[in-house]
Amino acid sequence: MSLSRTGGRSRLGALMVAVAVLAHWPTGALAAQLKLPYTIDTLPNGLTLIVHQDRSVPTVSVNVWYHVGSGDERVGRTGFAHLFEHLMFMGSEHAPYPAFDRMLEAAGANNNGSTTEDRTNYYESGPSTALPLMLWLEADRMGWMVNTMDSAKVDLQRDVVKNERRQRLENAPYGMAWDHLPGAMYPASHPYSWPVIGSMADLTAASTEDVKNFFRMYYAPNNATLVVAGDVDPANVRSLVRRYFGEIPRGPAPDRPPFPTFQHTRDSVVVLEDRVQLPRVYFSWHTVKAYAPDDAALNVLSYILTGAKNGRLTQPLVYDRQVATNVQAYQDGKLRDGDFGVIATGKPGTPLDTLRSIIDREVARLIAEGPTARELDQARNALEASQLRGLENVDAKADQLNYYYYYTGQPDYLAQDLARLRAVTAADVQRVARQYLQAPRVILSVVPQGKKELAATRPGATP
Amino acid sequence: MSRQPTAYSRQILLAGAAVLACWPTGPLAAQGSSFDRSRPPIVASPPAFTMPTVQTARLGNGLTIQLVEMHELPLVEVDVMIRNAGARMDGDLAGLATFTAGMLDEGAGTRDALGIASEVAYLGAVLGAGADWDNTEIELSAPRRTLVQALDLLADIVLRPRFTASEVQKQRDLRMANIIASRDEPNAVNGLVLNALVFPDGHPFHRPAGGDSSSTARLDSATVRGFYGRTFVPDRTTIVITGDITMGEARELLTARFGSWAQGGPGQPPATAAQLPAPVDRATTIYLVDKPGAAQSVIALARPGIERSSADYYAVQVMNTILGGSFSSRLNTNLRETRGWTYGAGSGFAYRPVPGPFRASASVRTDVTDSSLMEFKREMELIRDSLVTPQELARAQAYLALGLPADFETTGQMADQVGELLRFGLPFTYWNGYVQNVMKVTRQDVQRVARKYLDTSRMTIVIVGDLPKIRAGIDATKIGPVQVTDINGQPVQ
Repeated sequence: MSLSRTGGRSRLGALMVAVAVLAHWPTGALAAQLKLPYTIDTLPNGLTLIVHQDRSVPTVSVNVWYHVGSGDERVGRTGFAHLFEHLMFMGSEHAPYPAFDRMLEAAGANNNGSTTEDRTNYYESGPSTALPLMLWLEADRMGWMVNTMDSAKVDLQRDVVKNERRQRLENAPYGMAWDHLPGAMYPASHPYSWPVIGSMADLTAASTEDVKNFFRMYYAPNNATLVVAGDVDPANVRSLVRRYFGEIPRGPAPDRPPFPTFQHTRDSVVVLEDRVQLPRVYFSWHTVKAYAPDDAALNVLSYILTGAKNGRLTQPLVYDRQVATNVQAYQDGKLRDGDFGVIATGKPGTPLDTLRSIIDREVARLIAEGPTARELDQARNALEASQLRGLENVDAKADQLNYYYYYTGQPDYLAQDLARLRAVTAADVQRVARQYLQAPRVILSVVPQGKKELAATRPGATP
Repeated sequence: MSRQPTAYSRQILLAGAAVLACWPTGPLAAQGSSFDRSRPPIVASPPAFTMPTVQTARLGNGLTIQLVEMHELPLVEVDVMIRNAGARMDGDLAGLATFTAGMLDEGAGTRDALGIASEVAYLGAVLGAGADWDNTEIELSAPRRTLVQALDLLADIVLRPRFTASEVQKQRDLRMANIIASRDEPNAVNGLVLNALVFPDGHPFHRPAGGDSSSTARLDSATVRGFYGRTFVPDRTTIVITGDITMGEARELLTARFGSWAQGGPGQPPATAAQLPAPVDRATTIYLVDKPGAAQSVIALARPGIERSSADYYAVQVMNTILGGSFSSRLNTNLRETRGWTYGAGSGFAYRPVPGPFRASASVRTDVTDSSLMEFKREMELIRDSLVTPQELARAQAYLALGLPADFETTGQMADQVGELLRFGLPFTYWNGYVQNVMKVTRQDVQRVARKYLDTSRMTIVIVGDLPKIRAGIDATKIGPVQVTDINGQPVQ
């Protein structure tokens, strides 16, 4: 789950899902086009700089990842990493509020930030001539922000974030599912057991002192990676980055809270009543973290289940039986752990057990028979082509370089990413479906108020 | 996962490159290696951006091809635009155009819906069809290596859709369920009520382009075939192609697939603004829609806006950027960044060939619903009553003009930009004058259009929220009579 500072312009979620990609054309010619040339460089203070040149349009994208997310939070301060992201726009010593947004708009540039369980990113994109301004602004809030922080800024953005939570969760149909799912899925001592946006009580509790401590721990150059992509000269970029970021001191090695390993021993059933008219069911299984050996096969499995109208779940639920309006599967591999989800919305009045039994039956059939060669090819070709389309956009490429570098240590992991997905066999898909999707799971139902009888139950349970 | 609402998407930009005379210039080198951090870097003049040439060809049956070569990646975008096949042509069956578009790939040629979807994905292509108020559009993106097979599928979908009764019924039932679900979305309900109130019965914008439950119930194979037969003709069709292809190749591939499509004649044009019932210009009235237990109120203030061809277009764009069209806009600065009452506040004009609505809106905390309403009104009065600052004007102009090149980056974006010009009958030289036209807008122009289009004494205001908690406060604002309505805009009680 990714939250942005403002509602618009975030396409990071799409990238997260699009990580799974591979080639299965008769030759590897298309795969040969899937390249992200780059230079990498580390400043004495530990800041990593990655530069990618693309001269197709005269624009530039600056993309900074701080290696901190809600997964670094403590119980009692949930939602803090995301609240902090909002505070990064509240001014710094040489660019006091509201200079950041105003100067960028006056240069024709857009900006935003977003927070996930694992990282926080900030980006600017606009005319290539705005690059020095973008770097100067990013450097100023990396090096000269903490002394300008005060309780008025914290209180204001606390209110904004609480409204963001209301808009996304409390006041959105099905929104509260995302408040309950993490806690049902992960043990309470695991940092993935709370939503990125945090709880209202914890947001209320956050103090100015918390902000300063968090900044000193995590917002140092050695805990950040800066990508500059677009119509730029790499040597000029390196010299600008040294000028603006060079004197920011290295910080401590960040303290990463421990997290437990765990295993579900039985299905957990959660039922929420909401002001909705169609019932919806969420299944979630414990899987593996991003780029673990089974991550690729699970990505292919999710495509085979719901990637197109002829998906193993989409076809029976939406086309043949017509009991659902939609169904979506995903493998969400993160830094510390991973989960696999299936979300299906029933037609009005449809008992969610009807959906559950079709889903369970189709998964069992896939495990028994395996996917066809044609299904595997379709998945590989579709995923590979979506990766090719991602290379059209400089902002997306900048974020992808940061993504690969953080999760795999290699900015240009594209070729390996394709190779690992191309290597997935029918037997792999069968095996991961059996191993992960027949294990105990979370079954969360959102039903119309007063309609608890529509909720999904454990297989074999007497309602 | 990302489930982001779009609150601050950029306004549509169609512009050409130009170095701005008013922009501060200065070479980077002048800043030296030891520098004064307290002085922001000077932003040099943006590099010249040259719009690629749009090539044109016409087939014997009247079908037009517009092509822009982009050879960076082995990808081709093919957008089929059928003019006067949009929701303005729905007649008395709201949602017909968008439904027909959605049916195109639910069975065509020799394949059923699942066969088409499977083949498209197998080819590494992406295919989508939809209709806006004016046109039906079928969009294909394909790797160059599978373009020929993908075009075969595209031709099936455009020329040989099946519209079988069973598939129509399936999709009709699905749409009905989705309409029911959309009534749970407070933002969607606000928009529906607002359009029903600002545009009178008989105006196409009165009813949703996606249809309502009563019109959807009347959709069947015959009505869909009828709409298709009336509107899908080559002489009203333009195929926009962008990407790794030349006109020679495109003409040959398209002639083989679309060349024998029989001409249909000019058909019936959509009604002009003068032929339509006038939008409702009422004294300010507040319509409340109850959403029991809502954690926020969705507030929107609306007026009839302007048509895309209006001479006021550029001044309105600049004015709206200052009022609510950017992060630093007055509405967002006031309601979010100063008061913390919302996650975001904004405003926008919907540009169509005939005037669409102006809408300013935000989701605000329930207990500040009335205060937020007063701030919306105050900001609109302020931009009418006094000149914007020179800094605000310069910032809005730069934001609109300098962001231009980013809107022409991908094959899909390029096709969309060409499509926008076609949709509004604008010349391909349009981009070359855009920056100058934005820069010509004065502070006086901004005030003039604010006065003309933001009359706060004649606003239609819709609020979706927890009625018992917000009613007394709204009454006390005394900015207009208060009427409670249902989710269709019909009076309650």
